Amino acid sequence: MTAKDKELAEPGKIEALLPWRAAGTLSDEETRLVDEALAKDPALARQYEVIKDELAETVLLNEDLGAPSTRALEKLFERIDAEPARSASPAAGLMARLGALCSGWSPRTLGWAAAAAMLVLVLQAGIITTAVVKHGNGYQTASSENPTTGTRALVGFKSDATLDQITAFLVAYHASIVSGPQAGMFTVKFGDTALAAADAEKLIAKVKADKIVTFAAATQ
Amino acid sequence: MQVLYGRHHVRVYRFALRLVRKEQVAEDLISEVFLDVWRQAGKFEGRSAVSTWLLAITRFKALSALRRKKDAELDDETAAAIEDTSDNPEVAVAKKDTGNALRNCLARLSQDHREIVDLVYYHEKSVEEVAEIVGIPENTVKTRLFYARKKLAELLKEAGIERGWP
Repeated sequence: MTAKDKELAEPGKIEALLPWRAAGTLSDEETRLVDEALAKDPALARQYEVIKDELAETVLLNEDLGAPSTRALEKLFERIDAEPARSASPAAGLMARLGALCSGWSPRTLGWAAAAAMLVLVLQAGIITTAVVKHGNGYQTASSENPTTGTRALVGFKSDATLDQITAFLVAYHASIVSGPQAGMFTVKFGDTALAAADAEKLIAKVKADKIVTFAAATQ
Repeated sequence: MQVLYGRHHVRVYRFALRLVRKEQVAEDLISEVFLDVWRQAGKFEGRSAVSTWLLAITRFKALSALRRKKDAELDDETAAAIEDTSDNPEVAVAKKDTGNALRNCLARLSQDHREIVDLVYYHEKSVEEVAEIVGIPENTVKTRLFYARKKLAELLKEAGIERGWP
C-alpha cells in the first residue's frame, strides 16, 4: 500500500469522530471542532447524514431484539441463593457507588429518563385525581399503602405508548405506578392483595402479552 | 441486585445476543454476568460507568461461549440465523426499504465490527469506554469503526444501495 493509498484508507482526525458526534458522546471541545468542520466541508456533512442513518438503524435493530425472559432472572437468583453466605458490606458499597455513577448517564439516556420522569408525574397526578374523584372523602397513593400488599412487577412500556394507553392499562389492571423509571422500567403494583405464586405468574404473562408492554417481571 | 439487574439487563442481553446470536445462550450469559457482579462487587472501583463494566464482562463471557463452540457449528448457526431472521439485502431492496436493507447489512458484519458499531451507536459509549470494553487502543477504536462503516457501505453497494459514501 502506497502512502497515498494509506491516506485515502485512513479516516481524517475529524472524520473519525463523526460517529461519536452523532451519538452525542464527544466532549464539548471535540463537539465544537466537529461542528465547525461540518459547517465548512459539504463532503463531511454528507457523510455525517449517512452516519445518522446508520445510528438510527442500529438502534432499531437492537430495540427489535426484545428482552430476556424471566428465566434469566430466576436462574440468577437461584445461583445467588446457592452461593456461600457473605458479608453484605461489599454490595452496600457497590450500591453507594452506583448511585454516584448515575450522573454519568449519556445524553440520550438522560433525555429519555427525563421524558419518562415527566410521564410518571403526569400519570401520578392523573391517578391521584381519579382517586379523589372516586372516593370523595380523600385519597390514598400506592406508596402510602402497606408495601406487602398487591403484586409488584417491573414493567417496561413501548416508547410510542401514549399517555391514554398507559392510563387505560393501569385502570384495566387496577394497577398503580410505585416507582421508576429505572432503565426505562416502572415498578407497578397490581391490585391490593398479594396473589399466590401461580396466579402472579399468570398475571405477569398476561401483562407481558399486552400490546404496549415490552417487558414485565415480578419483583418485590 | 434487583435494581441493578432491572436497570441494565436488557442492554446486557441485547449486547450478548448480537455477539452470540442465540437467545438461550444470551439469556444464560446475563445470569452469568450478574452473578459475577454479585461475586465481584467489592472489586468495582468506580473508575468507569457501571454499564461499561457490565459490557466488558458480557463481552468476555460471550467470546468465551463462542470459543467453546466448534467453528463449523458456529458458521452453520450464523448462516442459519441470517437466513431465518429477516430478508436478505436483495429482497429488502426489492421492497424499496433502505432501512430494512441497512439493518440486514448491519447483522451481516463480522463480530468485531458488530460489537464496535453497537457499542458506539446503541450503547452510547465514548472512544475511551469502547477502548476499555474491547481492550484495544483508542486510535484502533476509531479506525475499526471506520472500517466497519466501510464494510457496511460495501454490503449495501452489493445490494444495490449507494448512499454517497465512501
